[in-house]
Amino acid sequence: MVRLLALMAFLIMGAVASLAAHAAGVPKPVIKIENPGQCIAATEDMRVNHMNMLGHQRDRSLRQGIRGEKANLNGCINCHASKTTGSVIGKDGFCESCHTYTAVKVDCWQCHQPKAGYKAAGIKP
Amino acid sequence: MTEPNDKSRRGFLGAAAVGAAGLGVAAIAPGLHLIEVSQASAPSQGASSKVRWGMLIDTTKCASGCDACVKACNTENGINEVLKDPRQASQWIRKIDLKDPKSGIAHSLPMMCQHCEHPPCVDVCPTGASMKRADGIVLVDRHTCIGCRYCMLACPYKARSFVHMTLTEQNPEVPRGQGCVESCTFCVQRVDKGQIPACVEACANAEHNAMLFGDLNDLNSAIAQRVAQVKTTQVRADLKLNVGVRYQGI
Repeated sequence: MVRLLALMAFLIMGAVASLAAHAAGVPKPVIKIENPGQCIAATEDMRVNHMNMLGHQRDRSLRQGIRGEKANLNGCINCHASKTTGSVIGKDGFCESCHTYTAVKVDCWQCHQPKAGYKAAGIKP
Repeated sequence: MTEPNDKSRRGFLGAAAVGAAGLGVAAIAPGLHLIEVSQASAPSQGASSKVRWGMLIDTTKCASGCDACVKACNTENGINEVLKDPRQASQWIRKIDLKDPKSGIAHSLPMMCQHCEHPPCVDVCPTGASMKRADGIVLVDRHTCIGCRYCMLACPYKARSFVHMTLTEQNPEVPRGQGCVESCTFCVQRVDKGQIPACVEACANAEHNAMLFGDLNDLNSAIAQRVAQVKTTQVRADLKLNVGVRYQGI
């Protein structure tokens, strides 16, 4: 009986400890607005809809050649790139910190340049 | 490819209610309203089907050994990766030296995507990634390209390349990355700003002036007038692809 009580106490303590850890939670994403100003839409709208805005714009831009729309990835990067790293990705990068927190993998950076104003050099052929 | 319309009915009705309550409403008929979109700076109109972008290359002016166009292309489009096997390197434009063994006459010319009116790469693409814009520029939509390389086989001009390695040094205006096929875009990011392709500019700066870029449909443009005056050749004209890149002197 004593052994059973001890085992139950041990289990309960374990559960309490894990709940406490859960309450602290994973670290919240770092959202640093380094260039405070007017975004193209309200924050709530951007949080919910930025992927739709960019997804529709990319098709119009590439397939129809419509340039200079409000929503465009380079526009996001130019405003939201970190002043220290110059990039929107990296540990506390504007895009990556939230996307890591929400576990949403984006493939943008396999092709797009995450650094604002980056100038690539060509090589000698 | 048509753009997916995922605006929900609820979202549409909500937006309509907001629009009707606000000022940005234009009545097109009694009871029917068109919501005006207000924007700080209007986006461009986009590619027009009235335009047919084309290039004329004068092989009599193109100098053998000069690769100014290739260098300019690599710089503009951020082609800077070094591969173990150089045969896998991306070639958006390459220089070709031709020599007729009988007469000994030699030509030097740049070869790139010929921006066909009827592009075989677009015909064979299984995902619709290979596409032609309304103004005749043939592009790859990397968002839908699965890297099957069927278009590379279909292209009679060997114009397309496959990106074999992870890239991090892209130009912001020219996204490119591993696993997708790519080719000359006529520097679409420059053309949309009213500029000429980087290779044409470099050729003029090198004082060869062998390349001419413009609208083949505009009868007042320099390229349309030259094409009307001198004999120009379409490479593999027998395929009836009606290419946008013409050669003079071959």
